[in-house]
Amino acid sequence: MSGPPARPLGAEARAEIARLVGLYEHRQSALLPALFVAQREHGYLSPEALAGVAEALDLPVSEVASVASFYRLFYLKPVGRHVIQVCTNLACMLNGCAAVVRRFGERLGVASGETTADGRFTLRTVECLAACEEAPAVLVDEDRWARVTPGDIDRLLERYP
Amino acid sequence: MTTFAMPESIVLRWAQTPGMTELEPYRRAGGYEAARRVAAGELAPEAVIEALVASGLRGKGGAGFPTGQKWKFIPRQAPVTYVVVNGDEGEPCTFKDRTLLEGAPHLLIEGVLIAALTVGARKAYVYLRREFYRARRTLEAALEQARAAGLVGRGVFGSARDVEIVVHSGAGAYIAGEETALLESLEGRRALPRLRPPFPAQAGLYQRPTLLNNVETLCHVPVILTLGPERYKDYGPPALFSVSGHVVRPGVYEAPLGVKLRSLIFDYAGGLRPGRRFKAAFPGGSSSMPLVADHLDVPMDYDSLRVLGSMLGSAAVIVIDDSADMVEIIARTVEFYREESCGKCTPCREGTIWATQVLERILHGRGRPEDLALLEGIARGMTGTCFCPLGESVPPSLVASLRHFRDEYERYIAGATRGH
Ligand SMILES: Cc1cc2nc3c(=O)[nH]c(=O)nc-3n(C[C@H](O)[C@H](O)[C@H](O)COP(=O)(O)O)c2cc1C
Repeated sequence: MSGPPARPLGAEARAEIARLVGLYEHRQSALLPALFVAQREHGYLSPEALAGVAEALDLPVSEVASVASFYRLFYLKPVGRHVIQVCTNLACMLNGCAAVVRRFGERLGVASGETTADGRFTLRTVECLAACEEAPAVLVDEDRWARVTPGDIDRLLERYP
Repeated sequence: MTTFAMPESIVLRWAQTPGMTELEPYRRAGGYEAARRVAAGELAPEAVIEALVASGLRGKGGAGFPTGQKWKFIPRQAPVTYVVVNGDEGEPCTFKDRTLLEGAPHLLIEGVLIAALTVGARKAYVYLRREFYRARRTLEAALEQARAAGLVGRGVFGSARDVEIVVHSGAGAYIAGEETALLESLEGRRALPRLRPPFPAQAGLYQRPTLLNNVETLCHVPVILTLGPERYKDYGPPALFSVSGHVVRPGVYEAPLGVKLRSLIFDYAGGLRPGRRFKAAFPGGSSSMPLVADHLDVPMDYDSLRVLGSMLGSAAVIVIDDSADMVEIIARTVEFYREESCGKCTPCREGTIWATQVLERILHGRGRPEDLALLEGIARGMTGTCFCPLGESVPPSLVASLRHFRDEYERYIAGATRGH
């Protein structure tokens, strides 16, 4: 197998996790935040990242992996540089999100849950983002886009190199 | 044509006044005065709780539990007590908490301070859903300002009391909004609901007494203490409705509890789109049974909706006009519960899978005449049998749609039968 060599969490990530542990009475409370720290560093929760978190929190790897697999926003497989989340719940559905999902799919050549071959985008259809006054709502990384129409999508994608 | 004058708001206005994300404008407008009085002992815990009881405030997270009573349940002599704020806002088409967090973070911080000082907690956790990036940045910045001014942290308002407030982020799971699942999640585990009792008030976070309230609920608290419960009640009492779907002006509206569904849609939210007719509306998020045109004059309050078999829930009004296909809407809704079922109990896990399969089959023109009775049977099997309210939310809507919109199901099935 090629690719970068396996590495545990970096010093910065370990220091951040140690800070997080201090916020709670029990160290396992820092697990979700620590997984986000590891995910930011590794791009996704690789087996090495999971092992690093387990070590930092003194938890069994199996427990860490089990918790990570429960939540939608932990990525156990590599994702693109940018993650596009298109809401498909009721308010967005009633306001035409199906056409938005279709256009994203056509422009990127991927289906929901897939990543473009160049590793730039992962497309995901998601449940309610609680931005229903702006339906159809789309989240790209940490940015919320309001009242997105199929015609907006080319310009929107350009913003994320 | 008479024009409708929206009543003055007393809670939402904090989020609609520009500048309220900053400490100084908030304080100049009278903010943090109620928390200061509580910290200084000018308002005793008993007096705070009395005011909440007198105000009639009920939980805004969905269950509608009387807030004053909940605060009273917290044992007063426990060595450690926590306050936990539910900012998971996962109920489909609910966005009032996000609106408050983004526009009036200090109002929430003040509510949390009052809660902590009243029940004797030194630490509060605000559990925000992960996707609330802007809300989290706004709240963290406001917390920094409040800390720097000595209102949060050590010796708040110059008193001997410490209140630390920590923002914690979820990771994408609707069930984490259920209070006991939220506590599991906050303890770093899968968000699986716990058996109740014990209730969080007795054994919550780390098995300590825990006061758990919704974001909006806590935002009402400083308003109640500032105006007094009587004047607060004169406003309705106020409720924040998230109105979405097929309306001209979707948004969060503050209206008196008991406002007519018709008024919310046609007065507050600007009505339906030109040429459209009202078909249905979920009154309290997708977990509440949808209402139809006969219900437009039903008062939007806890009891009136419960009598109909529906509920006020999170007061998320999802408006559906005659252009929509009700079978698609119900199928999408049931699919949501299938996606979000935590898998702990069988009726919810299997019932949502099975119902989705039948609904998909109908939508794809492969429905059979006996499918409608089958759906009713699945709904019966999920009623009163699920471990938590997530699964229990499915049957009322499914059954109501089969009653009110049976013709739409039958058209799909007739088409399928002819095709064979
Ligand atoms: C499946 C499910 C999801 C829930 N999601 C939320 C939520 O996102 N936010 C919330 O405040 N309450 C939610 N609740 C209600 C909570 O369990 C709880 O009643 C509420 O947070 C208590 O606060 P309150 O008394 O101030 O309303 C949910 C309940 C269930 C059963």
